[in-house]
Amino acid sequence: MTFAASRSLGLAVAAAFLLHFGTAPVQAEELKVTIDNFTFSPAELKLKVGDTVTWTNHDDIPHTVVSAGKFRSKTMDTDNTFSFTFTSAGDYKYFCSLHPHMTGMIKVE
Amino acid sequence: MSHHDHHDDERGVSRRKVLECMTWAGTGVLWTITGGVPRSLGLVDAANAAEPAGLSFLQISDSHIGFDKPANPNAAGTLEEAIAKVNAIPKKPSFMIHTGDITHLSKAAEFDNAEKIISQAKLDVHYVPGEHDFLDEEIKFYKDRYGKGTRGAGYYSFDAGGVHFVGLVNVVDLKAGGLGNLGAEQLEWLENDLKGRSKSTPVVVFAHIPLWTVYPEWGWGTEDGARALEYLKGFGSVTVLNGHIHQVMQKVEGNVTFHTARSTAFPQPAPGTAPSPGPMKVEDARLRSLLGIASVNFKQGDQRLAIIDTPLAG
Repeated sequence: MTFAASRSLGLAVAAAFLLHFGTAPVQAEELKVTIDNFTFSPAELKLKVGDTVTWTNHDDIPHTVVSAGKFRSKTMDTDNTFSFTFTSAGDYKYFCSLHPHMTGMIKVE
Repeated sequence: MSHHDHHDDERGVSRRKVLECMTWAGTGVLWTITGGVPRSLGLVDAANAAEPAGLSFLQISDSHIGFDKPANPNAAGTLEEAIAKVNAIPKKPSFMIHTGDITHLSKAAEFDNAEKIISQAKLDVHYVPGEHDFLDEEIKFYKDRYGKGTRGAGYYSFDAGGVHFVGLVNVVDLKAGGLGNLGAEQLEWLENDLKGRSKSTPVVVFAHIPLWTVYPEWGWGTEDGARALEYLKGFGSVTVLNGHIHQVMQKVEGNVTFHTARSTAFPQPAPGTAPSPGPMKVEDARLRSLLGIASVNFKQGDQRLAIIDTPLAG
């Protein structure tokens, strides 16, 4: 292999390297929302497409997480969790269908 | 005014004295309401001794079978105690109403266990569902057991002893940010159900979540409850019985008496006294003073129904 060939291969590898990083999404994040005292915390989360949110119920009363037409958890008893991966951008208002005064918001960019 | 003073003299007890009596006797108090003012007539034992002549029925609520958290690790045990109280009442009540949250998680075994215990009272039981009774995937366990002859999610009416009873469902289709919900279809049915009835017919309405706004910050109220009350205007005697908040609360507005019953499973904090509603852990010795049943007596000719709340223990 000549010096020039080796050099162009090196450039090609570097280009491929850059290309790879340029198109792949930023590492998807795992975010958490906890339920304590009939409250979603944090009440509002901002995240990117592809991120996953996991809700955990710490109350001694079951709760649900429902966003009309978007996602609906099963009933979560104490320490149960529900996860949802957001694949499209938008504002997701959600609430507990058992205790509708409990509301939260996920903003996906 | 002198009339009222006379009444006070007649009772001959200060509020402090009454509270003292309640403490040592550790039983319920009979409330009767005259002219919109609730009046304590005496201790429940005295009330029981004076045999009610008219219709009497019982209310139990929020048995939460399956609940096993620190606030009460044995909800089945305290329901059994409540039913034992029912069986100990000298004059057998006509029937019982259960204002919902029979189970904690709507599991088939929880419904079965509740039925096993409640049936020991050997009384007809008229149920309405709580939000904890509709948690199974297909929402069928409650309806299979208690939905026969009902409409929608389980509402219905019946007549007994000259009183018209209406069981409503306000725990389905709840809207984000809102309270309990009756919905247009049920309200229309209620309007028709009451239409044409003599306004002198006493009406008892029962549902899980309070029909009046107790504390919206905790969701303790019904979004369209006022519309239901609209249809009840003009009736001489209306009694609204609810559960859900796991504590006794009473309000009188015009001809309507609102009353909530204790749970047989666990107490909840008084509105605004804790960061949130939910099971309240108290000292073991205190638990049974916060759980209990209610009995309701109706005497023909009396405008108000007398409601007696009896805790499981002092």
